[in-house]
Amino acid sequence: MESIADRLMLLLILSDLALLGTRQLRRVILIAGLQGILVGALALASHPGSLTARALWLAALGLGMRGLLFPWLLRMVARRTDADSLDQRLQPYVGYGTSLLLGIAMLAGAMALGARLPLPASTPSGLVVPGALFTMFTGLFLVIARRKALRQCLGYVILENGIYGFGVAAVGEVPALVELGALLDLFLAVLVMGVAIYRITEEFDHMDTEKLDLLRG
Amino acid sequence: MPHLPAVLDLVLALALAPLLPGLVARVKALFAGRQGQPLVQSYHDLAKLLRKGAVYSTTTSWVFRAGPIVSLAAVLAALAIVPAAARQSLLSFPGDLVLLAYLLAVGRFATVVAALDTGSSFEGMGASREVHFAALAEPALLLGLLALSHQAGSLQLASLLAGTRPLAPEVALVAAAVAILLLLENCRVPFDDPNTHLELTMVHEAMVLDHGGVDLAFVLYGACLKLWLWSALLLGVLLPAGLRTLPLVGVLGVLLVAVGIGVVESTLARVRLLRVPQLVATALALAAVAFILGVR
Repeated sequence: MESIADRLMLLLILSDLALLGTRQLRRVILIAGLQGILVGALALASHPGSLTARALWLAALGLGMRGLLFPWLLRMVARRTDADSLDQRLQPYVGYGTSLLLGIAMLAGAMALGARLPLPASTPSGLVVPGALFTMFTGLFLVIARRKALRQCLGYVILENGIYGFGVAAVGEVPALVELGALLDLFLAVLVMGVAIYRITEEFDHMDTEKLDLLRG
Repeated sequence: MPHLPAVLDLVLALALAPLLPGLVARVKALFAGRQGQPLVQSYHDLAKLLRKGAVYSTTTSWVFRAGPIVSLAAVLAALAIVPAAARQSLLSFPGDLVLLAYLLAVGRFATVVAALDTGSSFEGMGASREVHFAALAEPALLLGLLALSHQAGSLQLASLLAGTRPLAPEVALVAAAVAILLLLENCRVPFDDPNTHLELTMVHEAMVLDHGGVDLAFVLYGACLKLWLWSALLLGVLLPAGLRTLPLVGVLGVLLVAVGIGVVESTLARVRLLRVPQLVATALALAAVAFILGVR
């Protein structure tokens, strides 16, 4: 329980819990950005022996997008759509305190799953599998339990953080093409969701996903 | 006598505990640019109340009268368990951490039942809130202590606290959880405002509205002791092993924690009552993460 990768995974777990319990949208975006930086740092810390220029470059690109670009993009959407005032009226399906308690259960589940999932390669930290699983669970949970489109989009980003964290820590060397493809997909997804949320809010003055059902022809 | 240091620690705690609220108030006054009440104000209050007689409403029964006595006795017994600066405590045996948690629960139960016995709606409200928060706070305390006990390989509070490594992540998590619980259990600012007497928002004060005279003195003294107990517990979790053997470190450390509480109270605002459970859930989450990390 001493390596840097271990500490980073612990911070990742704590950031997930913070995401589950945080109310203000701006703080959620901030934590999601910090989490992006965290998984970027994890990519560098998990395989310090085999750092090539290409790996460094890829990690820096991922870190920049997850840690800086996405939060900036989402914050812009939040500001344009005046999301903070919308926030007051749209309560999530599952409250923040309950989310936190469910988060503990999810963490226990992730730990139990992680203990049963032997990985062929040597992982830098025993917390990699549970931490990454828990991040994925958190992302999925946020997509399900939140009502506002912007928060659901954030849940998607966090889900991807978990997958990425699992990938870099467990496998280490991801082919550049795969990595770039995934990043491009993610970028497009966040961009499209951002634009879509912006348009929806412009048109209907809200981003309550419950009411999207009404749009069916 | 082998337990002489432990007896001395307990006597010091009993004698100096009323100093803590005065210290907290003094720090708050300093922050606000006021002079503040005398440090020994609580001693004056206690002396005044002890000289008075008690008045009992006709709707109350023996339950109401037993409340302050039982809760004071429970916190006294609990204080004998918590070691000062992780030295040997007076009452120390394997599993004493469970007894500690239950003694605190017994004290709470006595206060709550006494509050309900008055039949006053305000006190019922306070009791309901207290129990609501306790339902989250008690598992947090037990999980945190169990995480530490797993790390130290002992169920005895003194050796458990002595075996903690201050820089380990689990210990930091448990310390954060205990710090949150300290503020909650002692009705400190983010959870409850000890100055307010506004019935709509208060938690603990609402439960003791009908106590007067000697009973109120018991309640106040019990609150001082409880503050001392939690401060000693936090100190025990945080204190590095090298500092534990210094003379008087237990007393000075507890006073330092009280100063810390004053700083926290001066810089934080009270959270809305509806959000208090979420804050307690944060403590529970921190303790649970420490526990899960420890047993994995």
